Order: sequence, then C-alpha cells, then structure tokens
Amino acid sequence: MKMSFVLIEAWNGVRRNISMVVSVILVTLVSLTFVGSAALLQLQIGNMKSYWYDKAQVAVYLCTQYSTLGACDQQEASAEQIAAVETQLDSDTLSPYIDEWYFENHDDAFANFTKQFKGSPVVDLVTPDLLPQTFWVNLKDPTQSALVFEALGGMSGVESVIDQRSYLDGIFSTLNAASLTAVGVAVLMLVAAALLIATTIRLSAFSRRRELAIMRLVGASNWFIQTPFIVEGVVAATIGSVLACGAIAGIVVLFVDGYLASALPTTSFITLADVWIVFPGLLLAGAVLAASSAYVAISRYLRV
Amino acid sequence: MIRFDGVSKVYKSGNRPALHDATLEVKPGEFVFLVGASGSGKSSFLRLILREERSSTGLIHVLGQDLGRLSNRKVPAYRRNLGVVFQDFRLLPTKTVFDNVAFALRVLGRSEAYIHDAVPEVLGLVGLGNKENRLPHELSGGEQQRVAIARAVVNKPAILLADEPTGNLDPATSAGIMDVLRDINAAGTTVLMATHDTAIVNDMKRRVVELSDGRIIRDEAGGQYRTRANPIVNVDDAFPSRADSQPIAIERIDFDPIPAFDPMTPTSEAVDLSYLDRHEEDPL
Repeated sequence: MKMSFVLIEAWNGVRRNISMVVSVILVTLVSLTFVGSAALLQLQIGNMKSYWYDKAQVAVYLCTQYSTLGACDQQEASAEQIAAVETQLDSDTLSPYIDEWYFENHDDAFANFTKQFKGSPVVDLVTPDLLPQTFWVNLKDPTQSALVFEALGGMSGVESVIDQRSYLDGIFSTLNAASLTAVGVAVLMLVAAALLIATTIRLSAFSRRRELAIMRLVGASNWFIQTPFIVEGVVAATIGSVLACGAIAGIVVLFVDGYLASALPTTSFITLADVWIVFPGLLLAGAVLAASSAYVAISRYLRV
Repeated sequence: MIRFDGVSKVYKSGNRPALHDATLEVKPGEFVFLVGASGSGKSSFLRLILREERSSTGLIHVLGQDLGRLSNRKVPAYRRNLGVVFQDFRLLPTKTVFDNVAFALRVLGRSEAYIHDAVPEVLGLVGLGNKENRLPHELSGGEQQRVAIARAVVNKPAILLADEPTGNLDPATSAGIMDVLRDINAAGTTVLMATHDTAIVNDMKRRVVELSDGRIIRDEAGGQYRTRANPIVNVDDAFPSRADSQPIAIERIDFDPIPAFDPMTPTSEAVDLSYLDRHEEDPL
C-alpha cells in the first residue's frame, strides 16, 4: 500500500478545511493544557508532601504552670514526669518506630519562637515560662503517629500530643480539590475536542465524497480509505498536544519556577526536569483521542 | 458468471418490492441489456450485483461468490472484479484524464511503473490516447464517458456494469460509446447494461432482459427494445383521422428527415402536441 498517496490525501484534507483543523488544534491545546495542569498540580502536591512530611514531627507538649489542658492542673511538669516520658520514648515498644527525638526546654522554645515571629508584636508579650517544654519526635514512618498518642497521650505532665501533619492535610486537600476541578474541566474539554474532531472529519469526508464513492466502487480497502482521515485528525490533534506541552513547560518555567519560587522561597516547587514525564502522556492522549474519534466518524462512510 | 435465484429486494421505506422473484443467469462473455421504465428495478439489479445492497430473499452468485454470505470486510476485494459506469460519469473534476483513470489503480496500491503502462493503453482503447492531460470540464460528454469507461476497465474486471451510460449523450456520441463497449465485450468482459435507448438496443441485437415493476417479464436473445410494456406507436396509427382530437399517449415518434422549414410560408397542416402526466409542463 502506498503511504505517499495516503499522506497526500491527508494533506489535501487538511488544506481544504483549514479553519476546522485550526479549531481542532486549539481545542486540543486547551483541553490538554488543563489535563497537564492537573498533572502538574498532582506532581506539586506529591513534591510538597514528601518535603513537608519528612519535616513534620510529633510534638509532645508538657504542662506549664498556666495550662489546664490534658492531664495538666496548672502545675509545671516535674522532673520525674519528664523522665517518665523519656523512658517511654526509649522503651522497646516505641523506640523501633522512632527515628530520633529531642527535648526542647523553655529557653530553647523561646529562642525558636522569637526567631520565628521576629518583628511581630507578639514577641514582646511572650515569656519563656509561657511556652511549654516539648519532646520533638521524628518517626521513621510519619503515618504512625497514633502510636505516640497512645503511649504518651494520657501520661501525667503531658499537655497534648500533636502531629504536625494534621496542619498540612488541610492545605493538601485544598490543592487536591483544585486538581480535581482541573481534571473535571479537562474531561469536558476532551469531550468537546472529540466531538469537534469527529465533526471535522465528517466534513472532510463530505467534501471528498466523490473520491470516497469511487474508491468504494473500485474496491479500495477500508484501511486505505480511512487512513487519510485518521492521519488528518491525528496530525491536527498532535499539533495541539505539542502546543499544550509547550504551554505546560511555559507555566512551569515562567510562573512556577520564575514567579512562585521567588515569591515563596521556603517552599519546594516542581521544575521542568520533574514535568518531562507528563509530555509523552499528553501526546499519546491527543493522538489516541483523535484517532478514535476520527475512526468512529469515518466508519459511517465505509458502510458498504 | 452472474446467477440470480428467486431474488427479491424490498427497501425498508417502500412496501412495493424493487425486485420480485428474479431468476436469471448470465454466462461469461455475454452482452446483456436491462430495459424497463424508470422504477422497474434496473438500478436495484445492478446495486445487488455490486453488493451495495443485499437481497431480501433469494440467492445471488457472482463469479462463484455467494453475495449473501460475503462479509462487509471482503466486499472491497470482490469489487475489484467489477467495473462500473454511470450516466453522470462521476469523474473527479480536479484531476486530469490520466489521473482519473490512474486513481482506480493508485487506491489499489499499484506501482507507478504499472500505472504508466496500463493507463495510456486503456486510454488508447477508448480512443482518448491524445487527451491524457485534459481536465474533465475540457472534454465533451462523450469523451468524459470514455474516461469513465477507461477507469472502469483499467483494472481488467471480469464484469462491466453500465447504468444508462448513454443517457446524457446524443445518438451519434452514444454509438461511439457502444463501439467501445462492444470492443470491451469482444475482449472477453461480460457486459451488463441498463438503458432506455431504443436505437442502441435494436441495433446491437444482443440479449435483452426486460423488467417491469420489479419482475423479469422478458428474456430474449437478440432482442428488440419494443415490447408489450413499451409499445412503439406510429404517428399514422395514432391519428387515424385528423378530426379525432382526443389526446393519445405516444411513447416514441420516428421522424423522417425534417424538410427545411420556412417560417414565412404558412403550412396547411397543424398538429397540437403536448406531453401528458408529470411532463405536462415540459416544453416540446
């Protein structure tokens, strides 16, 4: 079978319906950019999770003379109580799950606090004895914080046990919702793209119905008749996908790495090196979408 | 070569069958005319052979294939054994004569070397050897039909189907087309031609199959167009006396050569002619 003939036919199709081909390119570009953005957001969430979850610790706050929470009764945690917590942390039941832990006394806590809230008027109101002494625990597996709650939560002298990951989960669920929204928009756009490709191909087939009728009469194989149309759809969609990849790369380089990274220097952001993985997926999605909708659209012209 | 066994075809929308219990056999190398009024089932007959339609009942065998069992996937390969010509030529307006004929070979994946051999040969056969590079609109109707015939036979089909191939052509041009079809038939191709053209059928003296309302009512070797269903009425018989002014249906009028007409000299005879039925408004 002569590929050159098929390609020439496909090119003629593209030329004859250039405005429809452009609209296919644009709608593919927009829909795949949404798909890509959703993927970027997921990558960013994954990136932040591994960054923050590693840093997230379990804090075991001890009683101060002002606190009434937990097992506290406005009594500073005694040396015995602190030693008991330490024993628990080093015991055979807990220590296999703990990577490391350290103790922060009032002065260390105050030093950290003033560093963290430097310039804020709250610093002037806080004195070291207001801030609880704390055991900071790094777990080997950050998801197992429940073990620490169980072992230390009810002990005397312990005000509360807080897993810092619970603060992060709110942020991540917001980002997840944004990512799902992008996926939803992307799905709608992909449906529109599929219908538009089908319409374009049908129009293209209609403008070539004389050729198609003759091809069928002289016994051209179905493969031969439909391939130019599928190639036409795939070419248009692939141009759209390549542009979508360009748009994604632009978003990452200019917006994420250029703007966000300098605006929020403490947060780790994805870079172009991380998002390469998305591109083959987008190209494949565009090609498969176009090929299948073109195939369906053209098959009605092949009914013998 | 072609065998119909009790074939009927009913279209979904119509209640009247397009073809009713047709049984027929065409042998290799035959030249068969299909005649009959419009709507008598000639086109359905050809469409069934082309496998554009399946028969509602009955068996159709063409070239040893049972068309009722031929899967859609195998239809393209089957059609390579058939050539088809239509009244409206169906040429591609943007392609030259050469490319129109070559198109039939290109879509079958033939090599360019083969195409450059076969196309000039077949264009020579239909008498268009010197017009390879013309576009269809630069050709006369007869020449366009020759291109269509060339395209139909360039693949050397066993059977040539022609659906009123002379329907748009004047008698002299039609005679030329018939010469081409006769040559193709003489070279061994079976020809099945649906036509309304009385003169052609009468001149060729080949097998005539007449259809009326989807039934085969006549199958005659060396037949004439004239039949019970299509009587030829002479003007003399139609007008026994000039005083009788009742309208009479005339299917066909054979004129002697018309004498020179001088509009300034009043003639002594006047004939009032008009079409009937749906042609009533047509100019004579």
